[in-house]
Amino acid sequence: MMNQMTNVERSVDSKNIKIAANNVQVYYGDTHAIKDVNVEIEDKTVTAFIGPSGCGKSTFLRCLNRMNDTIDICRVQGDILLDGEDIYDKRVDPVQLRAKVGMVFQKPNPFPKSIYDNVAYGPRIHGLAKNKAELDEIVEKSLRRAAIWDEVKDRLDAPGTGLSGGQQQRLCIARAVATEPEVLLMDEPCSALDPIATAQVEELIDELRSRYSVVIVTHSMQQAARVSQKTAFFHLGNLVEFGETGQIFTNPVDPRTESYITGRIG
Amino acid sequence: MALSWLLLILLALAVIGYFSGRSRALASAGGNARELHSLPSYYGYNVALTTLLPALGVLIVWLLMQPMIIDNTVSGLVPDQAIPEGSDRGLVMSEVRRVANGLDGAVASEAMTEAQAQNPDADIEALTAALKDAGQVLTQDITQPILMAAQKYRSMTSNGSVAMQVVVLALALLGAAFAYVRTHKEFRARNVVEQGILALLLLAASIAILTTVGIVLSMFFETLNFFQLHSWKDFFFGSTWAPNFRGGSELSILPLLWGTLYISVIALLVAVPIGLFAAVYLSEYASTVTRSVAKPLLEILAGIPTIVYGLFALLTVGPALVSMFGNGGALGVGWMASSNAVLTAGLVMGIMLIPFVSSLSDDIINAVPQSIRDGSLGLGATKSETVRQVVLPAALPGIVGAILLAASRAVGETMIVVMAAGAIAKFSGNPFEAMTTITTRIVSQLTGDTDFASPETLVAFALGLTLFIITLGLNIFALYIVRKYREQYE
Repeated sequence: MMNQMTNVERSVDSKNIKIAANNVQVYYGDTHAIKDVNVEIEDKTVTAFIGPSGCGKSTFLRCLNRMNDTIDICRVQGDILLDGEDIYDKRVDPVQLRAKVGMVFQKPNPFPKSIYDNVAYGPRIHGLAKNKAELDEIVEKSLRRAAIWDEVKDRLDAPGTGLSGGQQQRLCIARAVATEPEVLLMDEPCSALDPIATAQVEELIDELRSRYSVVIVTHSMQQAARVSQKTAFFHLGNLVEFGETGQIFTNPVDPRTESYITGRIG
Repeated sequence: MALSWLLLILLALAVIGYFSGRSRALASAGGNARELHSLPSYYGYNVALTTLLPALGVLIVWLLMQPMIIDNTVSGLVPDQAIPEGSDRGLVMSEVRRVANGLDGAVASEAMTEAQAQNPDADIEALTAALKDAGQVLTQDITQPILMAAQKYRSMTSNGSVAMQVVVLALALLGAAFAYVRTHKEFRARNVVEQGILALLLLAASIAILTTVGIVLSMFFETLNFFQLHSWKDFFFGSTWAPNFRGGSELSILPLLWGTLYISVIALLVAVPIGLFAAVYLSEYASTVTRSVAKPLLEILAGIPTIVYGLFALLTVGPALVSMFGNGGALGVGWMASSNAVLTAGLVMGIMLIPFVSSLSDDIINAVPQSIRDGSLGLGATKSETVRQVVLPAALPGIVGAILLAASRAVGETMIVVMAAGAIAKFSGNPFEAMTTITTRIVSQLTGDTDFASPETLVAFALGLTLFIITLGLNIFALYIVRKYREQYE
C-alpha cells in the first residue's frame, strides 16, 4: 500500500510559504510541550501533522491561530509568521487573526442554532454581507463548498445539532469557510466520524486545497497519506521530520519516523 | 413505666441480640468466619434489626392511634345535655382531658390516693378543692359527666399504655427469638440486612413526601372551611381587602396579589441583570483566583437571614430613598412620603435574590460545552460576541428556569415585605407608595389572639394555599425547562 502512494501524483500548485514557524517553544505551566519547532507551511497545500498521542501536534496547530491564548497557563515563544507578519506581535489582534486562520475541531461543534445561522455566524460578526441576499449567497456557497448543500437546502431553519455526525462536521467546515479564511486548521476532523463520512470529508479537504492552505492533524497515517502533500512527524514535542508525504511514508530519514509509520512506536 | 424506659429496654434487647446473634453464627461455623455466608456482624445486625424495627413500628403507630381512639370513645360517653349552651363537644373534651391530667398530677404529688381518684361517687366539690389544693389548673367547675368521662379517660389511658408496653416488648422478644433461631452459617444475613436498610431509607423518603401531602391537605380543609363562611367570588374577584373582626369583612386576594407581583417584579428587575452579569463575569471572564474568592463572597449574600435584609431595608435603603425622592429630598420631587414603599422592599428583595440568580446561572453557563465556545472563538468572534450570541442562547432555557425559581422565592418572601413594604392593600402603580403582599397579610391575620372559626382568620389558609399553588406552578415550570435544557447536551 505504501508503495502505491509513491505513484500518486503529488502536484503542488504553488510554492509560496504561507506560514513559517521559527524556533517555536510552548510551555504549559512547567511542562515544555513543544520544543524548537521549525516548519514552513505552503499555500494551497494540505499539510498533515502526525505523531503519537501527546506529542504536541494539536498544541502546535492551536498556536497557528492563537487558540492557546484562551488557556491561562500556556506560553508561546519563538516566531510564527503568517505572510511574513509575526502573529504573536502585540499589534496583531488575535480575533482578526482567527478570521484569517479558520479552525475545524475534533468533535463536531455546531452551535445550538439553525443550520443557516450556524453558517451565517462568521459573516455576520465580521460584517461580510451588506444585505440579506448577499448573506444567503455566502451561506449557500459555503454549504456547497462543504458538500452538504444538497442534504440541507430544504431545511436551513432546522437546528444544526439535529444533523448526523458527518453532516455536523461538514456543517462546521462550511461555517469555517464562510468567513473566507486563508488557512484552514483541522484538528482530527474525522476522529468522530464513520468511514463513509470520513471519505466525504477527505474528498472535501482535497477540494478545499484549490483555495486554501489546509493543515490537518490526524491519528490515521492512511488519512495523512491520502489527503496531504506534506507531512510533519511530531514526537515528544519535537518536530522529527518534515517533507513530502510520499517521501515520509516510503523513505523516512529518521529512524523514529520509520518506527512510527511501521507501527513500532505510538 | 415511662416511655424512655421502654425505649431503653428495647435498645438493650437489640444490643444483646447483636452479640448473641453474632456469636451463634460463629459457633455454627465452628469459629471459622470464612465458613459463614456473611460477615459475623451481619448476623448480629439481623438479630438487632428484627428485634427493634417491628417493635418500634408498632410503638409509633400505637402512640399515634391511642389518643384518637380514647378521645372518640370517651366523647361518646358525654351526654348531649352535659354540653353547656354556646360550647361544643370539643371544648368539653379538652376539659375532660384537663381533669384527667389534674387527677394524674394530684396522684403523682400524693395529694390524693389512687382509690380516691378512681372513686366514681366522689363528692365533686371536695374533689375540686383537693385538686386546687394540689396546684392543678381547672378552668370550669367539674360536673358529674365530666368527672365520669375523665375517670374513664384515665383508666383507658393507663390500660392502653400497659397493653402497649406488653405488646411492644413481646414483639421485640419474638423478633429476637425468630432471628436468633434462624441464625445459621447458611443463612443469608447480608441480604436480609440490605433489605432492612432499604426499608429504612424508604421510610425516610416517604416521611418527607407524606409531610408535604399533610401540609397541603390541612391547608386545603381550612380553605374549604373558609369558603363555607365567605364567598369565593369575593375572595377571587373582589377588589377590596378590609378585614374586620366584628364581621362584614371584604377579603379579596387581588389587591394583595397585585402588591406581591409588583414587588416581585421590581426585585427581579434588580436581581436578574446583576445576577446574570455577575454569573457571566465569574464563569467566562474571571481568572481562577478571582473566581475562587468572588464566588463564595457572592454566596455569603445568600446566607444572610431575611430578617437582616428587612432591617437593612428599614434602616438604610428606605431612608436613603426618602432622602432622594421624598419631600425636600435631593431630587426635590417629593414623591415618597415614608420609607415603607414598594420600591424599598423590591430593591432589598432584589439584592437578596442576586446570589440565587447568579449561582444557578453560573452553573448553567458552565454546563455549556467548551467546544462551542472554541468554535465561536475559532471563527474570530470576540469573547463578548461569543457570550452574547452562542453561550447565552445555549444556556437560555436554563437561565429562564433560574429566573423562575428566583421569582417563586420572591413571591413567597415574607420578612422583607413585612418590614419594608407597609400594610396598605391597594391597587396602585406608584412604586413610592406603601403596599402589602399575601405573605404579610397571612402574618397579620394569624398573629395575636386568633379564633379559628372566623373568616378573618381562615382567610390566611386560603391565601397560603393560593400562594403555594403559584410558587408550586412556577417551580414545576422552572424544573421542566431546566430538565429539557439538560437533555440537549447529553
